[in-house]
Amino acid sequence: MNDPRTIALVTSVLALLTAATAVGQFLKRHPDRGLDPAAIRTFNLRLRGWWILCTVLAAAFWLGTTATVVLFGLVSFWALREFITLTPTRKGDHRALFWVFFLFTPLHYVLVGLNRYDIFSVFLPVYATLFVLTRVAVAGDYKRFLERTAKIQAGLVVCVYCLSFAPALLQLPVAGTSTATTAAGPSANFRLLFFLILLVQFADCMQYVWSRMLGQRLVAPAVSSNRTWEGLLGSAASTALLAAALWWAAPPFQPWQAAVAGLVVAVMGFAGGMTMSAIKRDRGVKDYGTLVVGHGGVLDRIDSMCFAAPVFYHITLLITGARPG
Amino acid sequence: MLSPADTADRLPPPPASSSRSPLCRAAGLGLAALARLLAGSSVRWIASQPDTCQRVYFANHTSHLDALIVWSSLPQAVREVTRPVAAKDYWARGFVRRWLAEEVFDAILIDRTDIKVHQSPVDLMLREAGATHSLIVFPEGSRSVTGEVGEFKSGLYYLAKKRPDIELIPVHIDNLNRVLPRGEFLPVPLLSCISFGPPLWLERGEAKLDFLARARRAVLALKE
Repeated sequence: MNDPRTIALVTSVLALLTAATAVGQFLKRHPDRGLDPAAIRTFNLRLRGWWILCTVLAAAFWLGTTATVVLFGLVSFWALREFITLTPTRKGDHRALFWVFFLFTPLHYVLVGLNRYDIFSVFLPVYATLFVLTRVAVAGDYKRFLERTAKIQAGLVVCVYCLSFAPALLQLPVAGTSTATTAAGPSANFRLLFFLILLVQFADCMQYVWSRMLGQRLVAPAVSSNRTWEGLLGSAASTALLAAALWWAAPPFQPWQAAVAGLVVAVMGFAGGMTMSAIKRDRGVKDYGTLVVGHGGVLDRIDSMCFAAPVFYHITLLITGARPG
Repeated sequence: MLSPADTADRLPPPPASSSRSPLCRAAGLGLAALARLLAGSSVRWIASQPDTCQRVYFANHTSHLDALIVWSSLPQAVREVTRPVAAKDYWARGFVRRWLAEEVFDAILIDRTDIKVHQSPVDLMLREAGATHSLIVFPEGSRSVTGEVGEFKSGLYYLAKKRPDIELIPVHIDNLNRVLPRGEFLPVPLLSCISFGPPLWLERGEAKLDFLARARRAVLALKE
C-alpha cells in the first residue's frame, strides 16, 4: 500500500477529518455563535463515528482481503440480527432462521472470500429462498406464509447479499485495466472500496445538509420527515462532483464515469434510507438499535451502503468490462 | 441506566461463601459471556442498582435460557451470591445439566412433581439462601407458550411473608422466547433485553392476590 494514490487518499481523508474535528470542538467550546447546540452535538457524534469507521477500515485493509471480508460478514450478521429482531416471526420460522444465521450467511461470505462470483451471485437469492420456503412449509405453520418467508428473504438480501458486494469489490480485476493504474496492485481495489464508502457517507451527509438548507418538498411525509426532493437532488449533485474530483483515487474510472457512479450511489443511498424508514415506521420504532442501549443500530448505519454496494459493483463491471471470478 | 461493567467496581466484595472450584468459576464466566453474546442481551437497570444485599429477582419465564441470562446479566460480584431456582425435572437430567446446575450456577433445584406440606419449595429456597444468598425465581412456575406473562403462583408471596427483609426485584425478559422457544434446542441469535426494576416489598396486611397482581404488574411495567 505504498503507492502515491493511496497515500494521497489517506492523507486527504485524515486532513479532512482532523479539520472537521477541530471545527466541531471549537463550536462546542464556543456555544455563543447562534448555532443549534443539538446540531453541533450531532455533528460531533457523527465525526466520532467516522473516526471509528476509518480506524476499523484501516485496520481491516491493513490485514488484507480476508480480514475485510470477515469484517463485512460480521457486520452483515449483526444487521440481520437487528432486522429479524424487529420483524415479528412465528415459532414455525425458528428452524429456518437457525440455518439462515449459522449456515447461509457465513457460507455466502466464504464464497465471497473465495471469489466464486458464479455461485455467490445466486446462492442467497435462489438457494436460500428455496430453502426458507421449504423449511417454513415443512414446519407446518401456514399462517401468513408468504409474508413471513418474504421478511426473512428481504433481511437476507438487504443485510447479507447486497452488503457483500462491497468486500467483493476487492476481488475485481480492476488493476491494470486503465492506463493510469498499471502499477497499482491490490491496493487499487482497497481504494475502490474506500471510494464507495466515502461516497455513501458523503451522500448521506449532503442529503442532511441540503434538506436543512433548502428542504421544502418531502418525498413521502408518512415515511420520513426529513428526506426531501431538494436533499436528494443536492446530495446527488454534490456526490457526483466529489466523485469526479476524486476520480484519480478509484482505479478504473474516468472523471465522468466517477461522476455517474457518485450520482447513482447517492440515489441508491437515498433508496436504502427510505426503505429502512418505511420498515421502521411500520414497526413503530425510531432506529434499529433500540434494543442495544446507548447507540443506534448497525442497520441504521449501513442501510444506504446495502443499497449502493451492488449497483456500484455492477457499474464498475460495466465500465471496466472486467469479468468477475 | 447502568451497565454491569460500570457498577461492578463500586460494589462491596462478596461474602466469602463461594465453595466452587476455579474450574467451575471459569466455566461460569465463560458460559455467562457466551450466553450474553448469543442472546445479544442488553441489560438495563431502571430506577434500580445492582447490589450484593440479599434479594429475590423474580422474572417472567419464556425460555430455558432465562435463568442463565438473568444470572449472567448481573455484575460478577452480585452473581457470586446469586443462586437461580430451577426445576429439578429439567436440570437434574443428564450429567452436563446436573454439573452446570449444581457446580457452575450453584442452582437450587426444586422438585415440581413432589411438593409436600412439610417440604415446601419456599422453605427449601429460604434454607438454601441462608443469610447471604440472593435468588432468581420465576413465579409463573413454567414457561409461557404465547410469550404473555401468566398469573404468578403464590410462592413469591410466602417468600416475602417469611423474609420481609429481602428486597424483591422485578425483572423483565424480552425476546428471549424467540431466541430459544419452548421445544427447540437450537438458538437463533436475536437481540434480547433484560430490565431490572426498583425493589418492592410485601405491604403490611396486603392480601396474597393483591400482592401477586402488583408483583406481576411490576414485571410488565418494565416492558415499556
